[in-house]
Amino acid sequence: MPTFWYFVLALMMTVYVILDGFDIGAGIVHGLVARNDEERRAVFQAIGPYWDGNEVWLLAAGGTLYFAFPLLYASSFSGFYLPLIMVLWLLILRGCSIEFRSHLSEPVWRTFFDFGFSFSSILLAIFLGAALGNVLRGVPLDENASFFEPLWTNFVPSGNTGVLDWYTVLAGVVALLSLALHGAAYLVMKTNGDLRERSRKLAMRLWYAVLPLCLLALIATYYVRPPAVVNAHKPVLWLFPPLVVLSLATQWWALRRNRDALAFYSSCGYIVGVLGGAAVAMYPYLLPDNVHLEHSLTIYNAASSPYAMKIALLWWPLGMALAITWFYVVYRSFRGRVEAEP
Amino acid sequence: MPSRSRITTCFRSSRWDSAPIILLLKTLAIRTGDEKYSRAARFWAKIFGINFAVGVVTGIPMEFQFGTNWSHFARFAGGVIGQTLAMEGTFAFFLESSFLGLFLYGEKRLSRTAHWFAALGVFLGSWLSGFFIVATDAWMQHPVAYTQSADGTFQLNSFSALLLNPWAWWQYAHTMCGAVVTGAFVMAALGAFYVLTKKHDEQGRLFVRIGLVTALFASLVQLFPTGDGQGRLVLQHQPATLAAMEALFKTDRYAPMVIIGQPNTDEKRLDNTLQIPGALSFLTYRRWSAEVKGLDQFRPEDVTDSIALLYYSYHIMVGLGTIFIAITIVSTLLLWRRKLFEARWMLWVLMLSFPFPYIANTAGWMTAEIGRQPWLIYGLMRTAQGYSHQVSAGNAMFTLLGFMGMYTVLGILFLFLVMREVAHGPEPAITHVEKIRFEYAAAGR
Repeated sequence: MPTFWYFVLALMMTVYVILDGFDIGAGIVHGLVARNDEERRAVFQAIGPYWDGNEVWLLAAGGTLYFAFPLLYASSFSGFYLPLIMVLWLLILRGCSIEFRSHLSEPVWRTFFDFGFSFSSILLAIFLGAALGNVLRGVPLDENASFFEPLWTNFVPSGNTGVLDWYTVLAGVVALLSLALHGAAYLVMKTNGDLRERSRKLAMRLWYAVLPLCLLALIATYYVRPPAVVNAHKPVLWLFPPLVVLSLATQWWALRRNRDALAFYSSCGYIVGVLGGAAVAMYPYLLPDNVHLEHSLTIYNAASSPYAMKIALLWWPLGMALAITWFYVVYRSFRGRVEAEP
Repeated sequence: MPSRSRITTCFRSSRWDSAPIILLLKTLAIRTGDEKYSRAARFWAKIFGINFAVGVVTGIPMEFQFGTNWSHFARFAGGVIGQTLAMEGTFAFFLESSFLGLFLYGEKRLSRTAHWFAALGVFLGSWLSGFFIVATDAWMQHPVAYTQSADGTFQLNSFSALLLNPWAWWQYAHTMCGAVVTGAFVMAALGAFYVLTKKHDEQGRLFVRIGLVTALFASLVQLFPTGDGQGRLVLQHQPATLAAMEALFKTDRYAPMVIIGQPNTDEKRLDNTLQIPGALSFLTYRRWSAEVKGLDQFRPEDVTDSIALLYYSYHIMVGLGTIFIAITIVSTLLLWRRKLFEARWMLWVLMLSFPFPYIANTAGWMTAEIGRQPWLIYGLMRTAQGYSHQVSAGNAMFTLLGFMGMYTVLGILFLFLVMREVAHGPEPAITHVEKIRFEYAAAGR
């Protein structure tokens, strides 16, 4: 049962990164690809109806994490206190920038909200990547399964670690570029004219940056990971690197051949490859300890009671079925490329 | 130490009062086919678009703050309240956010009926979210359906008992009814402003009528049965809280209901009181002579150390609730006698009344949360045991200041944007030709 909820959680996080990833990505690149107010409005039109719903996947994953693994929730949320609160601030800034922009028509304020949108999207992408980096690297847990990470110490990913070290910063940069690529691919699929063409060119350039950095991060992860995360005996893990490479190759081809939808979906495949690989590699660890192996949080010692996990089987599939229905309705209602309003 | 999460609740509840009003106006527009309701709905949708944006972004932190700031509580209670919080995400947030996107961005793309369904989805989502968060709070007020494991953590033993917690249902009814009072008062107040300033007169009168009738109904239900039901639960399960709310220092038969008076906690008495003898006994036990337990019956460590603040919160809430009933009854009578729009003094009262429901709601949450002190989970875990010990006070202060600054800016921005929409006003009535076209479209739905 804990295994089931572990992979449910991994799935929800992956869906979150794919969905919110494209609107965060659009935020990262919109300053580069949208040159005038009309094009910027088109970017906001392309993500406007979706971003809030996409973000809910993060909240729903957080809620699922809490009921299934309360100890992990309590320990990691307080341990990563400062970065998490900053993520909340960024989410607030970002939501306001998107929603209030249309209420203030003066160019000065539009510029202000455009900046807020870019700034929060860029930092959020870096934080999300660094968060994954932190979990893969492990944290120094005490015997009560609690810890507190300062924002940075000496930037070395072992011993007395901080939230930011060279490894997690690398993970943050990979996330930033990957989501930028993802967002650009989304804009290629959803927009028209110059905006689409510029997004396509940017996506092709980003592609060349993502490939080497992604491989570098994979190698770095192999060296940085705590001894707890031993992955040699998991044959299924070998599925993921080919998925990543295949997705990226497809995207390279699709961007050149103007197969816009395929380019975006292969970007989704790339995210599934990276996050799925991380989830399988980590299993059954939730939050490994990088000093004392035995302090690590696993799906067994952090799990909720069997009754709680069983009863959630009643409502979770129903809730998900409804959520998917809502998403289907929304995405269907706004399907197709956005038309620039005069 | 009332938790910071409660600040969030106050902001977040702004979604609960917006949603039903939009739904009501959309329904009226569809049912009557009268375009003035459509214009009203579009106008309020703009205001509530701002409202929702603030409510949504400030609602995010709550899901995380149980873990960040209250990790020991989160760890021990997660086996139970993890369920309600996860259900809030899965059932309520997805529904609300998806349909909010449809509602705000889709009026041109959707049919009238589909747009009405979008409004319905936003309403259901935000009110469901209200239920799950209140159910979580209710478990902290009145824990049910749990067993304590060997390691001290609380584990759920009955899913249905958790959702059917009587405290949850009374508190939910009372909270949501308070939200309706707020929305209705804001609507009537803005209508009164438009009538008084002779701008958008037709829409102004419409806002007053709809707002007032809704406010009358909701204010009455707020007192009885929801407020009464909530009060009886406090009496039954938290008698010490009740004594502190009333600042009843001594156990008494014929216990009075204090209308005005200042608690003097050092001398353990109330100063300068204006009171109705026996009324408290009657309201709690339905007998004038009943004995009501005072603070002398409880150990000081089981009662909040902010008695005065609790007393004032509670009395401000109840006092304002009573004033709302008086205002709505008088103005509804005037409306019924067709004299309201000539009675400028009453319109002034209505216009100036708009901040008070917000104050009453905040005072209500303060009553609930301070009243529960010193417990975090009533009778099971003290507040001092629940917070994140590994987060230093300096770090907590840093983030508290950050949130305060951010929410202040948000509040100013919110007021600024709402004032702009108010100054702009609803769109004017459409011409005859457009009206025929509108009716044609309505007939063909």
